[in-house]
Amino acid sequence: MKILAIDTATEACSAALYIDGVITEQYQLAPREHTKLILKMIEALLDQSDIELLALDALAFGCGPGSFTGVRIATGVIQGLAFASDLPVLPVSTLAAIAQQAYDDHQHQYVLSAIDARMEEMYWACYHLGDNGLMKLAGEEKVSSAQKVKLAVDLSTSWSGAGSAWESYSEQLNAVLGIQVKAIYPDYLPHASSIVKLAVDDFQQGKAVEASQALPIYLRNDVAKKKASQ
Amino acid sequence: MIVLGIESSCDETGLAVYDTERGLLADVLHSQVALHGEYGGVVPELASRDHVRYLLPLTEQVLTKAGITKSELDGVAYTAGPGLMGALMVGACTGRAMAMALGIPAVAVHHMEGHLLAPMLEEAVPEFPFVALLVSGGHTLLAEVKGIGQYELLGESLDDAAGEAFDKTAKMLGLGYPGGPILARLAEQGEAGAYRFPRPMCDRPGLDFSFSGLKTFSLNTWQKETEQGNKNEQTQANICRAFEDAVVDTLVIKSRRAIQQVGAKTLVIAGGVGANLSLRKSLNTMMQKEGGQLFYPRIEFCTDNGAMIAYAGALRLLGGETEPLAINVRARWPMSELDAVVN
Repeated sequence: MKILAIDTATEACSAALYIDGVITEQYQLAPREHTKLILKMIEALLDQSDIELLALDALAFGCGPGSFTGVRIATGVIQGLAFASDLPVLPVSTLAAIAQQAYDDHQHQYVLSAIDARMEEMYWACYHLGDNGLMKLAGEEKVSSAQKVKLAVDLSTSWSGAGSAWESYSEQLNAVLGIQVKAIYPDYLPHASSIVKLAVDDFQQGKAVEASQALPIYLRNDVAKKKASQ
Repeated sequence: MIVLGIESSCDETGLAVYDTERGLLADVLHSQVALHGEYGGVVPELASRDHVRYLLPLTEQVLTKAGITKSELDGVAYTAGPGLMGALMVGACTGRAMAMALGIPAVAVHHMEGHLLAPMLEEAVPEFPFVALLVSGGHTLLAEVKGIGQYELLGESLDDAAGEAFDKTAKMLGLGYPGGPILARLAEQGEAGAYRFPRPMCDRPGLDFSFSGLKTFSLNTWQKETEQGNKNEQTQANICRAFEDAVVDTLVIKSRRAIQQVGAKTLVIAGGVGANLSLRKSLNTMMQKEGGQLFYPRIEFCTDNGAMIAYAGALRLLGGETEPLAINVRARWPMSELDAVVN
């Protein structure tokens, strides 16, 4: 199986290629440079593996949550590529990607994945280890203040934290969770290599969508006030 | 050469297919007017979100309408600025990646160049050199056009664009959104000469515009009439008429100055306000007196559309211009920075 994944939802910009079990990745911390980098990363990965886009089985992308514009860059690029090459698409959560990395790097099985959403809020979700070494969502992904964060306590009492919200709101999170968090990785950003790994499983489970249905998940939807409520 | 054009710089998603041999093959448009109407103005984030939802379905639609498959495309053109950053990004990311995957060139199109060349999509096309009056919700400018990409700015608005002044004045008079066209319709019922509004910056030489004062003048007039117990639809219509007459007169006076200054015989009007019938009529009369001719695009190509982007993109692709493997958009992009196209 061959899948290409990209992510531009945060300050990180990355692309990864999965070819029959082997993952190669291009990753760069590049705030505001995503539009300059992402297509070249894709080209470099395909060239390195000497493979054409059309020879792939599917495309995947970090569909959010994250910076609105960042999420839309990956969405636009994937929509364009998928439409032109008639490839199916797997939208993968950036929170899942972060949780997956915490497991891959440190074998943490219960991870509160959280990305700083600005405006005193965060995008967050609880992930736990499922089958095949892949992290699975427990409950829902949400956007809220740190005070409203709740762990899926029926799963475990031993949690780890990963993602930029653990940098911005670590005090509030520790206070509200009421447990000692095992380990914290505040510098974790989504990687396309984690996304492609999750996408392989999603693809096998038939979760691929067509290009026009490859849409962002913003979580934050109250972005403007209507006239009546102004 | 068959080119797909993508426009997403503000609140319309426009797609079109232009063939340099056969002309315009198809164009489709999704307007977000109703979406933003609830907010009383364009909400940039919502505009971007809407573009993402509609871009591919519209692409499918325009290809079907043109009777071609995507493999028959020779290039992809998209608006790369000026405009709303997030909105531009949607069309540029999708368009650039689409071209990459199809193995065809992409080209970044200047939104205002698109507007300026829109009259070329009609049967009778203006010949270079000409003077162009671009009037929309975001821009008001006069330029001398010597050829594709050879634009010399003669004058521009120092504050509100003409379309913006229309919309803001309409809002202050409580006419709803988008107010410009509503104001123009109401003006038809207004009595000519009921009020005399100033013709801003016409009493001095130069080709720059200023429209923000007219909006204040309208509001003051409306408030004064309201205080005197004349708050009714006829008063409103009379103010609309006085406002529209002042804007139209100003645009006509400056356009006449511009063609006289550069010695042109042809005037081209483009942009959303170019759909205003009173403006078209007055400019036509003026050009006849000057012994010249006025050109304008059909009404639907005055406002934002994919056709003008496909057309301008096709000309630039023919001229050998292509985008590198990167997505470049610019919220601000002076027209003077465009390169001339030598075919």
